[in-house]
This record gives sequence, structure tokens and C-alpha cells, in this order.
Amino acid sequence: MSWSITRRRLLGTATAAGTLALAPGLARAGRDRVRAGWIYVGPVGDHGWTYRHDVGRREVEAALGDRVETSYVESVREGADAERVLQRMAAGGHDIVFATSFGFMNAVIRVARRFPQVKFEHATGYKTAPNVAVYNARFYEGRAVIGTIAGHVTRTGIVGYVGSFPIPEVVRGINAFTLAMRRVRPDARIKVVWVDSWYDPAKEADAAKALIDQGADVITQHTDSAAPLQVAEQRGVVGFGQASDMRKFAPNAHLTAIVDDWGPYYVQRVRAVLEGSWRSHDIWWGMREGMIRIAPYNPRLPAEVVAAAERVREGILEGRFHPFTGPIRDREGRLRVKEGEVLSDGELLKMDWYVEGVQA
Amino acid sequence: MSRLVVERRPRPSRWLSWAAPPLALLATLLAGALLFGLSGHDPLAALRAWFVSPLASLYGLGELGVKATPLVLVGTGLALGFRAGVWNIGAEGQLTVGAIAAGLVALATWGTEGAWIFPAMLAAGVLGGMAWAAVPAELRVRLGVNEILVSLMLVYVADLLLKALVFGPLKDPEGYGFPQSRLFDTPALAPILVPGTRLHLGALLALAAVLLAWAFTARTLGGFAWRVQGLAPRAARYAGFAEGRIVRLSFAVSGGLAGLAGALEVAGPIGQLLPSVSPGYGFTAIIVAFLGRLHPAGVLVAALVVALAYIGGENAQIEAGLPEAVTGVFQGLLLFFLLAAEFLVHYRIRRRGPAAAPRTSASSAETAA
Repeated sequence: MSWSITRRRLLGTATAAGTLALAPGLARAGRDRVRAGWIYVGPVGDHGWTYRHDVGRREVEAALGDRVETSYVESVREGADAERVLQRMAAGGHDIVFATSFGFMNAVIRVARRFPQVKFEHATGYKTAPNVAVYNARFYEGRAVIGTIAGHVTRTGIVGYVGSFPIPEVVRGINAFTLAMRRVRPDARIKVVWVDSWYDPAKEADAAKALIDQGADVITQHTDSAAPLQVAEQRGVVGFGQASDMRKFAPNAHLTAIVDDWGPYYVQRVRAVLEGSWRSHDIWWGMREGMIRIAPYNPRLPAEVVAAAERVREGILEGRFHPFTGPIRDREGRLRVKEGEVLSDGELLKMDWYVEGVQA
Repeated sequence: MSRLVVERRPRPSRWLSWAAPPLALLATLLAGALLFGLSGHDPLAALRAWFVSPLASLYGLGELGVKATPLVLVGTGLALGFRAGVWNIGAEGQLTVGAIAAGLVALATWGTEGAWIFPAMLAAGVLGGMAWAAVPAELRVRLGVNEILVSLMLVYVADLLLKALVFGPLKDPEGYGFPQSRLFDTPALAPILVPGTRLHLGALLALAAVLLAWAFTARTLGGFAWRVQGLAPRAARYAGFAEGRIVRLSFAVSGGLAGLAGALEVAGPIGQLLPSVSPGYGFTAIIVAFLGRLHPAGVLVAALVVALAYIGGENAQIEAGLPEAVTGVFQGLLLFFLLAAEFLVHYRIRRRGPAAAPRTSASSAETAA
């Protein structure tokens, strides 16, 4: 899948791109040393989305030693500021730049046009170019595992979901979780509260409290802070970590977590620049490629629940089970996926409808 | 026992009012060097990355202009209003509505040509900002409702309005369901002033706004009336200056300029409508207005300083490897020293000797006698 962007924007920069294209380095294969940069949408901290990307960056340093020099910028705003940071990195001698949030997409495409000799990698987007690759992880595979656990442990049959924004990525996660949960317990329901942010501990905590007050006894989240888990711990309900293992924030409530593992991919891509073999691509990796894994289970979980979760995990790992296998009905009761069929990647990528059992 | 007291100067210190900003800058540099050194970074390299290298290239200078443009536009409008004692705290919302109005024009004309499209977007932005600002103005004039609360609360309404639009009807049909509009077409983009940079026409409009505001305050009766209204509302009433008119006008001017800034952001560096179009320019501009002592030229300088502090922070992360937490502290230090120096222009700290001992102890001694 690749979409090349044809429409020219910013008249002034078109000429700049023209002159830079003549710069040496285009045909150069292999080099002794590379500079790799990362731009993050949040602070690095010690948990969550940006933290896991920074762990990946450090794995690159560990793997490639003095053949790589890395740098990063935290809390870059999506919108007008992103382009400047990308431009500075490209102009400042970086050979490859990883932009780790969807909202950086158009800025990446614009800057990449001006610096054809610099490689850009954009996480979770859909626009590629000869020097822009796209990478994403199948987080929904992890949601299917934790949804299975939720189906077993919920007593009230109500699970609270702290959502960020209703974009396809998040909708897909909610649906994968719900489908897995209702395979175990067909009458269970999901209640979603949108906090309108990727990282806002206060709002996330308020949302978790409201959901628990409405009867939820399992809390899960598509936001980055540990606040919903901490609320779950205080209120004696359970939850799951997001993007990283969040056990230390809620030792009792934390059942397991979906962990993002970007390191191997980053090492592979930076090494490709070193060797001169880097090519643009659009990849969507999951558990099988190791981009997603499940954190250790909480010892409090009964053995049969762990066994059920492991069956789902191994099924996905071995390619026997796809979380979006029919029959799947939407909230209006319409049959969207027939018995035995599987939703295609194309349909998953633009998913904008909810499955049965979701109250969003 | 002597102690320190703070007292108001009879009149602002003339030499300090000139020396305060450079002194604050010097103190920031020293404290910053200490901070960088203590956090294990080379202080000189960090300061160079912060203050020198952003200005060392044409692109860097252009970025300074790009970042300062919305701050100058909004700050100029707010400074005029603040002088008249009209507290528009909601410029962020007026900026957002201006961006929405301009974006609607850009998207409605998408795929068509026409030199009128960009000017129409700017006009729509100004009108949108003015309309949003008219709500707190009318509520204050007609019903005596506090304009600080109303204008502030409307920021969140504007924010949700923008989100509702980009998550709904204005969503890019080819955008895989992601909440952003189409990229604007070329006729809807702000003309670039210097090729190879992002510096756009908005920078010239911001300079024009500064000059007009200066002329208005220094040279017209209206400007005089606004200042009197701010300094002495009763005197203004005796002089026959209509308070309602001043409130309405200052909201219209500050709202219109904020709306213009919003239109220029989406037509300039952003080039589309996003769920959020401003990293808080409307609020930062309040700081800019006061740092600039509510004077248009001061606002211009303050906006450039704040823009440099921001861009330098990014650069210090890239070049000197400072974490964002440290750059944030340094930005805070800069504001702290600037405001502290401003304070010392109007106040002084004096040591009081034992002769003027606290009255309480004297009176208790009398009682004992």
C-alpha cells in the first residue's frame, strides 16, 4: 500500500527541494556512522507510548554502539511546530528521522520533499514517499487478549473504556476488545468515556471514576497515563497497562499490559541506512513480528483465565486466529462480517463503526 | 534588628525601566548556565544552541517570524484592550473561530482558482474572531456580566466546535477516518515572503497591526479615551467617553486580530484544519502583552523574545541533548526574571533599621510600663 502525494504545496519550498535534490549523497551506499533523530508527541517519562519509543531509541544505541548518534525532542505539538523540528533535524545532519505520532504526517511529507537524501519514518500514518516509510503495530491483537481476560473476570458485565479520540485506531481497539470479551461472556458491555487527549492524568482518572460509579468492575484505556489503573487500584477493581508494563503503579489491579516493542524495528531500519539498503515501505506488524507483546500476567489471575488468554495469544501468534473473524454485527444489529470471513486490512484501517455491545 | 521591606516607588525608576530587560536576560543566562551545568550539560553549548543557532540561518530567522506572528497579532489587540481596562482572556477561542471561518472558505472553494480566496479567508477570520468576541462584550455592556469569565469559557466552546467539525463534516474524505480536513489548495495558502522559509504574509500584517495600534494610542482622541478609561473609569465618564463603546470596540479589535491570527495559522504553516490549531497562542499573548508593557512596540519585542525562548528550547533538545523538563525550567526562569525586573521598576526593597522597629512590640512595652 502506498499513496504518493502529488499535489504541490508551499510554492517557495518547491524550489528549495529542487536545489537540494542535486546535493551529493543520493546514490551513496553504506556509511560508517549515522545520525538518527526521534520526535515525540509527549514527555519520555517512565511509562506509556513515548516512553516505549524512547526505549526503542536506546536499544538502537546499545545495538549499534558508536556507529550511531541519536537525538530526540519531546512534547512536539502536532501542527505548525512539528515541521520546524523535522526541518531542524534534517538540516542539522540527521540521516534518518522517526516521527512517532499520527499528527506529524503532513509535516513529514513536506520536509521529506525538501530533503530527498534524508530518510523519514512515520508511525501510524498512511502517506509514503520514496524517502518516507510508514510503520504501525497491530495493537488490536493485544486488545483481543486483554478482552478475553475481561470477559472472564467481570462480574457486573460492564467494562469501562477510557478513550482518547474516536479515530480508526482507537475504534478498532474498542471493537477488538469487545469482540473478544463477548466471545467469553456474550452479555457483557463496554462503556466508553472520551477524554479528548492522549495524556491527561486528571481527566483520565475522572473518567475511570465515573465508569466505576456506573458499575464497571474492569477498566481499560487507550490513553497513556497510569491514572485509570491507579483509580482501579484504589477502588478495588482491575485494569490493564497501556503501551508499557504498568505493574508498579497498581500491583493488585494490573492484570497484564499490551507492550509496544519498537526497538527491533528501529535497529533494523537504522542498520539499513548504515548499509545503504534502506527502502521506503508501509508495514503493519503484530505479535508475530514481535512489535506487540503481552506483559507477565498478574499472579492473582486464576489459571484457567490465563490459559484462555494464552490460547488467544498463541492463536494469533501462529496465525490460526484473527480477532476480526465473523460473524460480526454492528451496534444497529446489521451483519457486517459473515460467519468465517475476516475483515481486510483496508477495512480495519478506516474502521468507523462499533460492534455490538459498545456504548460510546 | 533590621528587616527588609518592599515599598512602592514614588515614581517608576527611569534607569531601571531601561535596564530591567537586559538585567533580566543576564540573570537568566547566569541561572541557566548554572542549571545546565548542574544537570550535566555543557552550559556554553546549551546557550549557543538556544540563542545563537536558531538565528544563524535564514530558515531559523523565518521560523522566528512564523512563531512570533500570531503572538504579535493577538498581543497587540489584547494590549489595547487591557489599557482600557477590558479583560479579554479568551483570545484563544477567538483565534480558533477565526481559523474555523477561514478554513470553511478554503474548503468550500477547494479545487477552484481565484486570487480572492486568500483575502476572503482573512476577512472571514477577522469576522469570526469579532463575532466570538462580541458575546462577552455585549453581555458585559448590557447585563454587566464579568467579561473575564465569559471570554475564557468561550475558549472551550470554540475548541469543541472545531473538534466537532474536523471529526464530522469537514473530515478529509480520503483521510482514512482521521480527524483532519483536506489539505488546502494553493490559492488558499498564505504567500511566502522569503523562498526557502515558512515566513508568510502574516508577518507583514502583524507589523502593520503594531504600527496602526501605535498610531491609534499615541495620536488619536480615541486612544486617549481608552487610556483614561483604563486608568480612571470615573474621569472617563465625566469626560463623556462612552464606556459601552470602548468595551465593544476593544473586544472587536482584539477579537478581530485574534481571528486574523487564526486564519493566518491555518493558511500559513498548518495548511489544513486540525483538531487543535494553536499551541495556546491566545494565552501566551496575554504574557506577551504585559511583558511588552501594553505598548505595541513592546509587544513586538516581547513576542520575539517568547518565540525565541520556545524555538531555542526545541533546538537545545536537538543539539545539546537537554531534556524537555530542563528546557521548560529555563523558559520559566526567563519569564520569572523578566517579571521580577518589571516589579523592581515600580517597587524597591529597603532595609529598615531598629529605629523603626515593629509597632506591636513598642505598644506592648508601653502596656508593660
